[in-house]
Amino acid sequence: MDFNEKRIPIIKIRDYLIVSIQVDMHDRLALQLQMQILEEISRTGAKGVLIDISTLEMVDSFIGRVLSGMASMASIMDAAVVIVGMQPAVAITLVELGLEMPGVDTALNMELGMEMLEKRLIKA
Amino acid sequence: MLEIVSDKSWKLLEKCQIQNEFDIVKARQTVRHFAKETGMGIVDQTRITTAVSELFRNMFMYAGGGDVVIEKGIVEENNTLIITCTDTGPGIDNVELAMTDGYTSGQGMGYGLPGAKRLVDKFEIVSVLNKGTTVRVMKWK
Repeated sequence: MDFNEKRIPIIKIRDYLIVSIQVDMHDRLALQLQMQILEEISRTGAKGVLIDISTLEMVDSFIGRVLSGMASMASIMDAAVVIVGMQPAVAITLVELGLEMPGVDTALNMELGMEMLEKRLIKA
Repeated sequence: MLEIVSDKSWKLLEKCQIQNEFDIVKARQTVRHFAKETGMGIVDQTRITTAVSELFRNMFMYAGGGDVVIEKGIVEENNTLIITCTDTGPGIDNVELAMTDGYTSGQGMGYGLPGAKRLVDKFEIVSVLNKGTTVRVMKWK
């Protein structure tokens, strides 16, 4: 099986990109997704990115770093990133691990995440 | 130097090797499977899976890979999952420093070892320069 073939789809709806991570990402896939999202922001001029991690069973320091790195990079490109749907067990583990993910906005679900982005766009 | 001792009563569940990034994913899924089987709740399953993911990545990044042994047994009267990671990498110069929050020798964030330790019930590490490192973590139900 060639894992490199796997790509996580990025869907554009109006000004937003929507990404739902539904696989246990290996490190390179996580980095590839980071690059893909930045390229899509640049290509489409999207103002916000919603990343759904509700099916992710764990976020370790690497994936955490990729997610927070993505948020900072997107912000430099004038797009806001909201991570949605983190499972309680993942949140507990992240904090115990010592990972604080500064600068990352989160919302409980996709709908609230979308509202968050919309409010931000109106303000801007 | 303290040595990592095994107990003969422990039962071997699985052995695997870490050689690339996919092995990290496979091995941590295997650990989760056994954590579930041991009867751990979802939070403990996530804790041990995350802890071993840090250890597996360390082996992959700093030692080019290594061996993983997953066992179960009774430790301090608890039903326990025991995961032992052994590599033949460069070893850790200063284990105490490596166990300090925020310390990193490379690309990492420095949460690997101390973070993993916080997520498990028992954490043992032995490292010999130019010989390798063995880390054993235990999580009980």
